[in-house]
Formats: sequence, structure tokens, C-alpha cells
Amino acid sequence: MLTLSSVSKNFGGLQVLQDVSLTIPGRGIFGLIGPNGAGKTTVFNLVTGLLAPTAGVIEFFGQRLSGMLPHRVTRCGIARTFQNIRIFKEMTLIENVSVALGSRPQYGALSVLVPSRRFREAERRETELARDLLARVGLADKAERPAGMLSYGEQRRLEIARALATEPKLLLLDEPAAGMNSVEKQQVMDEIIKLGESGLSILIIEHDMRFIMGLCGEITVLNFGRVIAHGTPAEIRASPEVIEAYLGREG
Amino acid sequence: MDWLESFWLTYSTLVLSVGTNILLALSVYLTLACGLLTVANAAFMGIGAYTAGLLTVHAGMPFLFSLFFGSLLPALVALLIGRPTLRLSGVYLAMATLAFGEVVRILILNAEGITGGALGLNGIPQLTRWFDVALAVGLTLYVLLRLARSRIGRTMRAICQDETATELMGLNVRAYKLFVFVLGGALAGLAGALNAHFTYFISPNEYGFERAVEILAMGVLGGTGSPWGAVIGGVLITLLPELLRGLGHYRPLINGVVLIVIILYSPRGIWDLLHPARGSAGAPATH
Amino acid sequence: MFPQQFVNAISLGGVYALFALGFTLVFGVLNVVNLAHGAVFMLGAYAALQAALYFQAPLWAAILVAVACSACVGWLLDKLIFAPLRARHAPHLAPMVATIGLAIVLTSAVEGFFGAENLRFPVEILPADTLSLAGVRVTWLELRIVFLAFLLMGVLLWGLKKTRVGWALRGVAESPKAAALLGVNVEALFRVTSVVASLLGGVAGVLIALYTNAVFPHMGQPMLHKGIAVVILGGMGDIRGALLGGFFLGFAEVFSVAYIGSTMRDAVAFGLLFIVLLLRPEGLFGQAAQRRA
Repeated sequence: MLTLSSVSKNFGGLQVLQDVSLTIPGRGIFGLIGPNGAGKTTVFNLVTGLLAPTAGVIEFFGQRLSGMLPHRVTRCGIARTFQNIRIFKEMTLIENVSVALGSRPQYGALSVLVPSRRFREAERRETELARDLLARVGLADKAERPAGMLSYGEQRRLEIARALATEPKLLLLDEPAAGMNSVEKQQVMDEIIKLGESGLSILIIEHDMRFIMGLCGEITVLNFGRVIAHGTPAEIRASPEVIEAYLGREG
Repeated sequence: MDWLESFWLTYSTLVLSVGTNILLALSVYLTLACGLLTVANAAFMGIGAYTAGLLTVHAGMPFLFSLFFGSLLPALVALLIGRPTLRLSGVYLAMATLAFGEVVRILILNAEGITGGALGLNGIPQLTRWFDVALAVGLTLYVLLRLARSRIGRTMRAICQDETATELMGLNVRAYKLFVFVLGGALAGLAGALNAHFTYFISPNEYGFERAVEILAMGVLGGTGSPWGAVIGGVLITLLPELLRGLGHYRPLINGVVLIVIILYSPRGIWDLLHPARGSAGAPATH
Repeated sequence: MFPQQFVNAISLGGVYALFALGFTLVFGVLNVVNLAHGAVFMLGAYAALQAALYFQAPLWAAILVAVACSACVGWLLDKLIFAPLRARHAPHLAPMVATIGLAIVLTSAVEGFFGAENLRFPVEILPADTLSLAGVRVTWLELRIVFLAFLLMGVLLWGLKKTRVGWALRGVAESPKAAALLGVNVEALFRVTSVVASLLGGVAGVLIALYTNAVFPHMGQPMLHKGIAVVILGGMGDIRGALLGGFFLGFAEVFSVAYIGSTMRDAVAFGLLFIVLLLRPEGLFGQAAQRRA
């Protein structure tokens, strides 16, 4: 469904990605790993349209993504979360999710002006949808709280609920387990497995090896902007290039 | 109703000014609520005032038509410059719109043949009545309040806090920003057009830096949490000098002091005092 | 004619640069648009004038009085307005509105005290003699203005590059949180910045007052406009930009009045500014990324 063909990206003189080719064939949970600075988040930024590739093509279900504005990419069915959680701290959970639902509005702009029945019905439906999504990630009981008051793990789940609100086919998770203790990590893992089972394709960037190995069917490894390995968790664990990339750093 | 008549004789300009200032404050509320720091509304007001004034005086147009075109032209200008300008963010946007405002003022100043240049435009018939202003304010307030409560309002608040995250939720942030910029321009133009028809005389310097700063102060002082904040800001800035009239010489001084005191006491505007924002401490990120 | 204009341009440009430096320092370090900077400029002029008029102070003393006054105002500005707003995590427009209020207060206070008329320096204090340098007639006054302006700029630049305070200041401009973690006393630095910036504004005020021999309460306003234009062109928060922008404006003003005529001059300046901003929003030297944390 998602293909990156020989994608390169450089900023001024800095070559961040070089000749990266990657395929997400369909359903399942896929991993993207690599040492810090390998270019993983840049891949996400390129896919979601925040950056444009210097070379190469990105396609989603056969449609070219390069050059598309970010909001259009989302509407094509790709949603993403961020490394540093970017929820709206001053809004309640319901409002956070409702904003995301705004991309598929239940009512037209002009009907805003009249407090018609259709408007009220539509708003009510939207609130219900928001609650459902929150329930899906286990946050229904905190729906009315301001998002800033959640714990870190809960904020991460809110971000996922918000991403789900856009009805994505592919979900990009940028370090979903970052900064969490083992209990929270397990919760997030279970969450992701559930999402995978519901038919969603998921691509995860992570540093926690156990997390990645436990979840992903296929893993791509980046180092210094290039793909150095690709395969099942077992193959990756055994790959000499990967070991060198990680151990070489610690040496 | 003698007292009403004598009240009106003395205070009509003041009351009408309160109305147009509320409109101006609402025009700046729109952009501030999205986190956009644009200072162009004084220029839009000027464009609206001159358009409407010239149409009435030289083309003999009926009042409503003048008002209509007085709102339309600034909106079109906003549409024209909005797209490239709104790509900027933060202080750069403020500076670009400030520069734009100066360009407009200077153009008006120099187009002497049409606008009368530095001598201003004289003899605009006093066609604005209290219910024109009241209607304009009422309608605008109604529309903006409904917008604020709808998904459009939610999206605006989201844009204010984090543009990128909002865009990645499938929302066309560029379109929203352009929308509030153009609507703000139209409102400011309407305020200018209405204002021109009760002050009788307009000149380019009324729509320059000082006016832009005053409009911004109204918006910030009142608070951007709700359109009511703009109402408070507009009323306060207009009435304060009047309330202090008895102080004579020291009036502007006290005016300034009050401004400082209010901001120190409630940095997020008066509306925030009445309806404190929820959520964790700290202002929303605005780039 | 040309060399004479050149000297005028340098002196005017130097003063503009000083003023712009003060404005851009406050923006770069405190992240505040100080709309009271014009009022401080005006206060500097009045302080020097009063020293000259009532205490018969010689020129250098009058300038020192202006320096002391503006430095005080800068100190109070941070202590009474900026610092409390920082402590309350005020939205970044709040300090700007407060400076609007302060500008009104200062301007009307001065108008109330000294009247709205144009005041002049006593003739004795203004050095009237002229020099002939390479065929150009230069007044001692202009020379001193240029000298003082360049001296202050030089000291400031040296301070920023070579002293610990200067480094700390640049660090804070980059990121106050990071600087605090490195043990920098950020609050004290904010205060120092406000003092220095106001000082620069006040001196610019005296110099312009001497140059034009006119002191009146609203003299700060047009200067503030120009200061903002200079800072936008050079890049908000960028020192080099403020310097070069100031000189650029000085030259542009002097030469366009001579060759284009004064009315369209402003339009050309702001029109250019607008276009520059659209093409390169960070100005000629600014940094596109806004400060983080």
C-alpha cells in the first residue's frame, strides 16, 4: 500500500536520507528502527507531506504523495502521532478528538449560523463519535478533563484516539513508548496489537528493541539515512550490519 | 423624551464610536483567536472608509451600497495579499502586515487626485444612525458566537495551539487562516465605512500605526477567549478617555496607567478574569 | 554636494542604528516588542535638554544625564512590567500592550510638565564651528554625533563578542531555559538588557535632538516607526541587521530626499520592505526559526 522508491532528502548540504526504498505491503505491524539521527522521523515527515523529497517517489495505493499538502495526505488515509506528544493541552479530551473529526464534517459550514435541529444533531453525533474513540483507547472516563492533566501514557493514548478519528488506513507511530515505564509500555503494546487486529496497518518508529521485536512482523533498519537491513525480527537480530550499526555507536 | 434627545446630541459620536470599535475589536479577535498576529486591520478600515466615503460623495451611491462595497474591497485586498503573507508566522507576520498597512496609508496619502491626500476627504454625509451600527454589531456578534461554538471555532483554537498537528488531522489550515483574515478585513472595512459616515471627515493618518496599535490593544485587553472579550475591549478603550474626562490634562496619562494596570493584573485580557481558561498553566503555543 | 550628503547619511544612519539596536536587543533577548522605545528616546532628549537649560551643563554632562535617565527607565521597565509578566507566564502580546500604555504615560507626562511646544537647546551648548575635511564642511556637532554613535556600537559589539556577560546574553537570546540550566542568571540578564537597550534609545534621542535642534513630546513616534522598519529589514533580533539596517535607512533617507523627493520616499521604503518580507521573512540577516523554549 505504501511504497517509497529511492527517496532522498537533503537540507542544504546535509544529506539526511539517501536512496531509501521501503514497502508496506498491507495489513500488519511494521517497524522502522535505527540509531539516533538515522532519519526515521524524516521518513514520517516526508510521507505525511510536511517535507518534500529531494528525489524519489512516495506512493500510497498507487497515488503519488509527493507534493501533496499535509491535510490532503491525511485525508487519503494516513495518520500519525509525534515523538513529543502534540495534543492540545488546553482543550478537553472530547474537544481534542472532535477537532480531528472536523476533517470529515457532519454538517456544512453555513448551517453553523442557525441553531437548527440538524446542527444540534450533528454536534451530538460528533460528541458521541468522540466518546467512542476515547473508549477505544480506554480514556472514556476522563472525557471532560483538560488534556494537560493526563499522565504521559494517557496523553499518548489520546494522540492515538485523535489519529483514529481521521479513519486512517495506515497509522504512523513515532516512538509511541518513549518516556514510559514498563506498565505503560505494556498497555501501549496491547493497544497497538488490538489496532493491528482491527485491520489497520501500522508503521512504528521505536528505540526499545523488545517493544519492536515483540510487535512487528517486518522491520526496516536505517543508519545514516540509508536502509541497511530489512526482514523479520529474527533476521534483523542476526544481521551483522545491524549489530555493527548499534554496537559501533557504543564503542 | 427630552433627556434622550439631549443625551444623543452630546454623546452620539461616542456611542457610534463604541459600536465601530467593537466591530474593529471583533475583526482582530478572529485572527488573534487563531494565533495570527496581524496588524492590517487599520489599513482595511481605511480602505473601507475611503471606498464608502468616495462612493457616497462622488458617485452619489446610496448608503447601503457604499457600506457593501466598503466591506467588499478590503476583503478582496485581504484575499489578494493573504495567501503569500499568511505563510509567515509569529512576529514576521505582524511586521509584514504592519508594512502593508503603511503602504496603504502612503498610497492613500499620495493619491491626491482621488482621495484628497493629506487634506483628507471632506463632506461625507452623516448617514450612519445608531441602528445601522447596532445591527452590524449584533449580526457580527451573533455570527462569531455561533462560529466559536462550532467545529470551526474548535479548529481555530486548535490552529492557535499547534498548526502542524491540526494540519495533520486532515484540516486545511491554510484555508482557515485565509478565511479569518478575509472576514476580519471585511469587518474592519465595514467599521471604517460606518465610521466615515458619522465623523464627516477622514484623513489617511487616522488609519496608520496608532490606529493599528489601538485595535490590537482592544483585542488583547478584552481577551481572545471569546467574541465577548472583543466587546469588552472595544467598549473599554472607547469609554475610558470619556470616563476620565474630568481629569483634564492628566487624561491620557491615566489612560495609559489603566492600560498597564489591567495587563499586569490580567495578562490574558479581561475575559480571562471572568472565564479563566482551563488546562495546564502557561499560554498556548503561538510559534 | 555628494560628500556632504555622505556625512549627513552617516550621522543620521548611526543614530538610527543605535535606536534600532536597542529595539532589537529587547526583542532578541526578552522576546518583547517594546513599543515604549520611542518614548524612552524622547525622554533621553528631554533629560539632556533640561540638564543643559537648568543646570547649564556642558554637552558631555547633558549626555551623561540622558544616559543615566534612560538606564533608569530601562531598569524600571523590566522590574515593574516585564518581570512580573514573565513570572505569570503571560501570553507574549501582553508585555507589548503594557509598553503601549507606558508610552502613553510617558508622553503625556512630559507634555503635561514641559508643554507640547518644540524646545531648543541653548545656543552656547551647541558647538557651531565647522571643519573642512577633504573639501567637505563638517560641523563639530556632526563629528561628535558620529563619534559617539560609533563608540557605543563598538562597545556593545565588543561586549557581546568578548565578555562573559555578552556570551551569556547571546545564550539567553538563543534559549533562556538552556542558559538557565548552564547556571546563567537569566533574570539579571533580562534586566541588564533592558537597561542597555533603553540607554541606547535615550542616547539616540539626545543625538537626534542635537542634530535637528528640536525636542517635543511626540518625537518618539516617527522614530519608532522607522526603528521597526529598520529592524524588520535587518531581521528581528539580529544585531548586525539592526546596524546595517540603520545605516541603510540613513542613506536612503538622505539620498532619496535629495534625488526623489520626500513624499514617495516612505512608500518606496515600506513597499520594498513588504516585498522583502514576502520573499525572505527573516529579513536580510535574521534567523528564520523562532526561539524555542
